[in-house]
Amino acid sequence: MIGIVDYGMGNLRSVEKALEHLGARCSILTEPGNPDELAGVILPGLGAFSRAMDNLRAGGWPEWIRGLAGGGKPLLGICLGLQLLFSRSEEGAGDTGLDLLPGRVARLPERAKIIPHMGWNQIRFRERSPLFEGVGDGSWVYFVHSYIAVPGDPAVIAAVTDYGGEFVSAVSRGNIHGLQFHPEKSQATGLRILENFIRLAGSGA
Amino acid sequence: MLAKRIIPCLDVKDGRVVKGVNFLDLRDAGDPVEQARFYEREGADELVFLDITASSDNRKTIVELARRTADEVFIPFTIGGGIGSLEDIREILKAGADKVSLNTAAVLDPALIGRAADRFGSQCVVVAIDACRKAGGWEVFTHGGRTPAGIDAVEWAREVQKRGAGEILLTSMDGDGTLAGYDLELTREITRAVKIPVIASGGVGSLEDLYRGIAEGGAQAVLAASIFHFRTYSIRQAKLYLRERGIPVRLGR
Repeated sequence: MIGIVDYGMGNLRSVEKALEHLGARCSILTEPGNPDELAGVILPGLGAFSRAMDNLRAGGWPEWIRGLAGGGKPLLGICLGLQLLFSRSEEGAGDTGLDLLPGRVARLPERAKIIPHMGWNQIRFRERSPLFEGVGDGSWVYFVHSYIAVPGDPAVIAAVTDYGGEFVSAVSRGNIHGLQFHPEKSQATGLRILENFIRLAGSGA
Repeated sequence: MLAKRIIPCLDVKDGRVVKGVNFLDLRDAGDPVEQARFYEREGADELVFLDITASSDNRKTIVELARRTADEVFIPFTIGGGIGSLEDIREILKAGADKVSLNTAAVLDPALIGRAADRFGSQCVVVAIDACRKAGGWEVFTHGGRTPAGIDAVEWAREVQKRGAGEILLTSMDGDGTLAGYDLELTREITRAVKIPVIASGGVGSLEDLYRGIAEGGAQAVLAASIFHFRTYSIRQAKLYLRERGIPVRLGR
């Protein structure tokens, strides 16, 4: 069973439908439950960073997520969910994140000209994460965001994308993964990535 | 590099596609979800469903459309037409739509844009601007293009950006349905006035029109209905053409 964390930030139905389409059993989690029942967890999210953290804290999620990640269960952050994995964000008045990966979240640079970064763009791999098995370098995926992660440790960078310069579009360290784009909206490429995550969860990797 | 988006628009009335033609491989050509899946397979980057049902008790149909589309289609889609309140927006997004498009309601109550952006995020709030030429500029129209709003379209574009819209769907009413091409002057004025993405709409009759909307109008995305519905061109043909002319598009995986 794959758990999808519901903390009141954005549309979970698309993620759930994509997983179901791939034949995975999944469940929307409205409160932290017994992690033993889960093979992996997805942290989706859209919207403002500090509101997301407020909601996560109010729901008692941060410790649960850290415990689960520390226990080696595969964790996948999507969009805002990737950003929440980092230490802190500069969005709005700023806030601390889940701090599973060192680094900060910053606004897309002004030279990006049009913000949000919205639409299909290509991913270029830096490290071959198992999440991208069968996915070609330069594949198109769907983005919509105004902020980006700036990892403190370059070794976590799995893929980069060009928009007003290169930014980090995927991260991977051990069992912790993050995608700045929306795999659930990226047609065959996105479904393949989710399928890989399901497989990682199934094998307990 | 970010691809320019090609967006087919489906006009929906009482839950059925209007203007649809019989695609040979569709079981039910009037079913918006079947058409959505067809366009997804063809390589559409996004979809827009525009509900043109006049009645106000239509929300259930539209929510059901969002739900069925989200079940089967794995590209982003927007729903517009008759959306008037935060509760409408919440229901449609919760059913699985990625964005909602506000038009008349945003003109009548501009604060709705900010409330929606604040609650659901700017990325899912599209403001549709229907504009018509007048002396010295363009005027915004509401109620499906029937009612002049007495607002300048360029000013309104700046305001909706300031209030938190994530994107503008710009329709030239002079061009709409004429197949004479986008109003490039209008498109250029608006894309210069704002920093959020602008989707050009209204009047596409040829692939050259799509190119000009992007290259000359500065649009981030181009929306068309007739040329795709009537199979004058396929999405793939449009993309091959644009690529040939140096526009970045998503082709293949």
